[in-house]
Formats: sequence, C-alpha cells, structure tokens
Amino acid sequence: MFWVNIKRTIKSGLFNFFRNSFVSLSSVLVMAVTLFVIGSMFFLGAMLNSTLETLKDKVDIRVTFVTDAEEERILEIKNTIENLPEVEFVVYTSREESLERFTERHGDDQLILQALEELGENPLGASLNIKAKEPSQYESVANFLQNSDFLSSSGVSIIDKINFFQNKTAIDTLSNIIDSAEKLGLLAMTILIVMSILITFNTIRLVIYISREEISVMKLVGASSSFIKGPFVVSGIIYGISAAILSIILFFPATFWAADATRRFFVEFNVFDYYLANFIQIALILILAGIAIGAVSSYLAASRYLRNSY
Amino acid sequence: MIHFDKVSKIYSDSSIALEEVNLSIEPNEFVSIVGHSGAGKTTLLKMLLAEDRPTKGRVFLESVDIHSLRKNEVALYRRRIGVVFQDFRLLPHKTVFENVSFAMEAAGRTDEEISSDVPYVLELVDLGKKLWSFPHELSGGEKQRVAIARAIVNQPDIVIADEPTGNLDPINTFEIVQILKKINDLGTMVILTTHNKGVIDSLGKRVISMEQGKIIRDSKEGRYVL
Repeated sequence: MFWVNIKRTIKSGLFNFFRNSFVSLSSVLVMAVTLFVIGSMFFLGAMLNSTLETLKDKVDIRVTFVTDAEEERILEIKNTIENLPEVEFVVYTSREESLERFTERHGDDQLILQALEELGENPLGASLNIKAKEPSQYESVANFLQNSDFLSSSGVSIIDKINFFQNKTAIDTLSNIIDSAEKLGLLAMTILIVMSILITFNTIRLVIYISREEISVMKLVGASSSFIKGPFVVSGIIYGISAAILSIILFFPATFWAADATRRFFVEFNVFDYYLANFIQIALILILAGIAIGAVSSYLAASRYLRNSY
Repeated sequence: MIHFDKVSKIYSDSSIALEEVNLSIEPNEFVSIVGHSGAGKTTLLKMLLAEDRPTKGRVFLESVDIHSLRKNEVALYRRRIGVVFQDFRLLPHKTVFENVSFAMEAAGRTDEEISSDVPYVLELVDLGKKLWSFPHELSGGEKQRVAIARAIVNQPDIVIADEPTGNLDPINTFEIVQILKKINDLGTMVILTTHNKGVIDSLGKRVISMEQGKIIRDSKEGRYVL
C-alpha cells in the first residue's frame, strides 16, 4: 500500500505541475535565479581561494646579502638554513645572476640601464630564497634569521635585508578580503534562499487556491492530510529539479563567457574549466538545494492552507 | 446512530444558525429535512460532517463526540459518510471513472478494489456506458448520479444528500430519489434536505421541519408542511 500511495502522490503531483503550467513556469524561473546565485557564490569562492593559494605559493623569504659578502660564507649560511626543520628548500642567486635578471627585467628602461652603466660595478648583492614547508612557518624562519648574527670573516653582518614582512601584509589583507567576501556571499545567499522560499510558497498557495475545489472534495471523502499535501510537495520538488536543470544549463554559457573576464583578474583560474572539472559536485548541490527549497515551501503552503480550514 | 445534543451555532447575536437542536437518527433510517433557505439545514449537515464546530452542544456518532476527534480521526470518520451536493462538485478534468476512483484512492483502497468496485457502482447508477466521459459531456441528472456513485463507493454508513435535486428536472429528480431509496433499502442511513414538496410527499418517510435554526416539527411518514 505504501508504494501505491507513493505512486499516486507522484502521479497527481506531476498532474498539478503540468496543469498549472504557467504558474509552474514562474516558480521555476524564480527558483532558477536563486540556484544560479548559489552556484555563482561557489565559483566566486573557488576563484578567490585559488588566487590566495597562488599568492601564498609565491611567498618566500628573500635574504639579500651585502655586496662584499663572500660566496663561501653565504653557501655556509645556506646549509645552516637548509637544515632547519621548517625549510623545504633554499635557492641561491649569485650577484651576477641578480644583475642579469635585473637587466633583463628592465631591458626597456633606458634610464635605469644608463644609471647602472654609470655606476660601473654591480650594485646588487647575492640572495637566498627560502621556501618553507607551510606558509605559517615563515614567521619562525624569519625570526631565526633576524636573531642569528651571520657575520663575515671580518666580523661585520653580511645580511643586507630580509624581505618577508612586506609580503605578509599583502597576504593578510587578501585573506581578510576573502573572509569578508565569503561572509557577504553567505548573507546574500541566505536572503535569496528565503526570498525564493517565500515566492515559491506563494506560488504553491496559488496552485492550492486553484485546486481548492478538489481539496474540499478530498477532505469530504476522508482523505488524510498527507494524501492532500503529498502531491503539492511533489510539485514543489519538480519545480526545484526543473530550476536546478535550468541553472545547470545556463552555467555553461555563463562560465564560458566569464572565463575570459576572470582570467584577467584572477591568476591562473579558468572558471569554465573549474565548472567542467567539478560538474557532478556542483550539479548535485544545485539539484539538492532546488529539491529542498521546493519541498519546504510547498509543504509550508499546504500545511498552512489545511490548518486554516477545518 | 446519530445524536445531536442541544446543539447551537451562533455567529453573532443577530445571526443564530442553530438553536438548542436535539435530534436522533437511527441506522437504516431515511430522514428528510425541510425548511426555508436560512432555516439551518445546511449548518446542521456541516456539524454532522465535522466541517464546522458547534458553539454549544455535542454531536455523537454512536458514542463518539465527533468534534472531539483529532484531524486524522476526522478523516477516518468522514470515510463513513458519503455526501451528495446540489452543485455535484465533480472534478471537471477527471473522467467519470476517475471522479469515483478518486474517493477510493483518498480512502486508501487498493488498485484491485478500485478496478472492480468503480464499474460496479457506476453500473448501479446506470452509467456503465459513460465511464470515460468528462463531466461537461454529461446531463445534470447524469452528473448527480456520478456524485451518488462517488458517495456510496466506499460503502458508507450514512449518505447525506444536500438538495440533490435542486438543479434537476422532474424526471431526473424522480430517478435520483429512487436511487437514494434503493441505497436506504440496502441498509444505509440517508439524510436528505430538499425544497421539493413532491419528493417529500412521495417518499412517505420521516420528515423534520426547521425554521430559524430550530426543529419545529418531526413526524414519521410526514409530508412537506411549513
């Protein structure tokens, strides 16, 4: 009997959906907009996180040595640092290599090249780039470097500067921005979900109003309230699934178009590729969200109608 | 047995639909309720169907106070009653068969029961050939017969007919009354409200007359007198 009831409920839910096709369409469109926004929040979150990861990856500690530091001494220091447990690897850049990169980078800038030429000698010091195993470990590595006195054979400090704290500020700011963006997104998503539930709720009330004659006959012949509510909940679920499918389809052209635009802002992130790679996961989330919104709002609408009528 | 115990329905001081109504109806009885519009006939039926609550007094079916029932119990209680209305209340987008099977589905009957009982009941009201017609394809008398089939398909203890012949011509009226009599002969309590003097007089059954929310006359084998 249980399956017979399920079958009858689904059948009459489908019937409601198609009979009130215009009302159904409006409900589906409203829900599709909500689901589209929910999906967009995912993409935005993924984009920001990917940007953060890329930036974090670019963080390292750069120790620049004074120009007269001896190479041997620098390599000794390199060894010491490499033996720290937090350190992944250390890259040594000699003075010559530094100069080469500098001239390469400023190849178009005649003024700088001229100034360099006038100096006559290489003004750049050798450097060590230190990569830690975890981003959080940079602080302790930086502290270690600051507190140890690396001296030359003549007893003068050979470290010119440690470039870490500038990067740290940039990363902290970005983390803060991402944090607020996520909070704001969550707020917008909540408001939209509530709006969508309210609109679907009212649409289903309209459907119920259209079916009031049928409901009154159902009640008179002794239908249980679950028998009356069931088909409306099924219609709500169908609205949700249709809306999810619609937004899943819309995301193809939308992300394809957005991929170009976002690539300019976000380092190495292609939103279209991300959509394709996580398609099943995103589609599942949208469908489940659609089902939940549809079922909850139609259940509320039907319960309210039945509660108000004796 | 149905028993109304000092039932009143008061909407406001100037609008009293029922006043201290005492009434008992035995199983197997055929009772007609007559009265002008606004006399309280429909309110009385609404009390019996648990569609509305009395302001005072209680309504019993056997020993159960029907207004103390919970919602799910009200649904079960209503399966013991079949109702026929003046305006038929058929579902326009469902066929004759579906209009009747719908009541069985609501009562939680199986598909096998539906496919055997519905044609049988429709045959009883002489609509065996119109199973797949829609209500708009039927005459008034045929629609009312579908409504009767829907009312009796769950084999109720009570059939309530609220002015079932109000929209019908004399021949159809006669046929409907004959069907109701047949239902009563098979052992079902029938409660009929009507304005039709001819119907009441031809029945020769118990007649309750109402006026301004009160029962003013209750006679066995009565006639239409107001």
